Amino acid sequence: MMVSGAGAVFVRELKQAWSGGGGVSLPLGFFAGACSLTPLSLGPEADLLRAAGPGVLWIALALSSLLPMERLFQADLEDGTLDAYAGSGVALEWVAAAKTAAHWVSTGLPLALIAPVLWIMLQGPVSSMFQVALVSSIGSAAFFFFGAIGAALTAGVRRGGLLITLVALPLYCPAMIFGSAALYGAASGGDWTSPLMLTSAAALFAIACSPFAAASALRAAID
Amino acid sequence: MTNVERSGAVIAIDALAAQRGVRMLFEGLNFRAVPGEVVELRGPNGSGKSTLLRIMAGLTRPYAGSFSIGSGDQDAPRHYLGHADGVKPNETALEQVCFWARFFGQSEASAHLALERMGLKSRARVPGRGLSAGQRRRLALTRLLLDDRPVWLLDEPVSALDAEGRVCVETLIAEHASAGGIVVAAMHGPSLAGARLLDLSAIGGNSPVSSSGARVSG
Repeated sequence: MMVSGAGAVFVRELKQAWSGGGGVSLPLGFFAGACSLTPLSLGPEADLLRAAGPGVLWIALALSSLLPMERLFQADLEDGTLDAYAGSGVALEWVAAAKTAAHWVSTGLPLALIAPVLWIMLQGPVSSMFQVALVSSIGSAAFFFFGAIGAALTAGVRRGGLLITLVALPLYCPAMIFGSAALYGAASGGDWTSPLMLTSAAALFAIACSPFAAASALRAAID
Repeated sequence: MTNVERSGAVIAIDALAAQRGVRMLFEGLNFRAVPGEVVELRGPNGSGKSTLLRIMAGLTRPYAGSFSIGSGDQDAPRHYLGHADGVKPNETALEQVCFWARFFGQSEASAHLALERMGLKSRARVPGRGLSAGQRRRLALTRLLLDDRPVWLLDEPVSALDAEGRVCVETLIAEHASAGGIVVAAMHGPSLAGARLLDLSAIGGNSPVSSSGARVSG
């Protein structure tokens, strides 16, 4: 029952994200836009872009991950779906985990897939494209699962986007620091695996904590 | 034998009190419901009918008192139908019923049967935003049919329904009760046939509580 419920929610959220546009295109567009505007504002010097590029890419990825968060739980709270989930006996922890995982698959992974293209635009070496995709996909998992805590806490708040940012950004710090360190390592050909391990640790911590924190916030929201 | 017949679930509510903001909605509420019973919650708007259902569904914590739904220490599975329908505007009626069928671990065949039973078969391919208020209500009610659960907690199940829809819901409730289930429904307007009435306005409350939480007398 718990697992079938969570599986059904996961599949539904994936379909919702890809049908009717909306959910996925905004963060992708924002990510691509932020990275492609960088050479225009910093100037086209390759050395400058090489120095700033990994950091800019990582900041843009973190902020793009925050964009879909506002609606993550809000729509379900408003239309009564969350009441139905909570009244069904399926634990809200499963629901929160399934929804967040589906959002990461539908939005976070596409962000990680276009990251190597943007990396080239920021004068990153072609040889490290694979590393960029890997670091971005793990980092975006940390961003999405931490972001879900903020999303759940502000689900009942109209225009709660700013509050989500305030709640989530402190939690983003470890993944911010180690993720960009991994990208700089990949760019310079230096050590990129140990910062990647630490980024993965942050992501695993987020995946482990987020369903519980989000579920208790959601229980307070429907009370 | 269905789950409903096997469960023998009873509802026991003891000295339950509920609060909304600083107002006591009701307090000292006691009641029992046994298998086969339909309990109809009555009372004016704001008397705590929805809150009582939400407490029984486990969505809201009571202010005081206790309740149990089940037999012995086994919790009985229940369906909660709130007054929001939980209908997604961009999914078709069929997709939504199929989703809930999978959610409850049931087959898609039961989804088709439930749609037909609620008279929505001709609207199966219509997205939620194209359904009328009554049709959305019918769609929400299909959830009751997807999983066989002994206790139904219904918040104004016939709101927005036409006469035919109302008959359909009354039949569902009567069938569920005769199979040994329990239905607790908040209602306005005409009563359900054979229902025991529980008038929340008679149980009192609606008086302000003092800051210490104790009820102000007089």
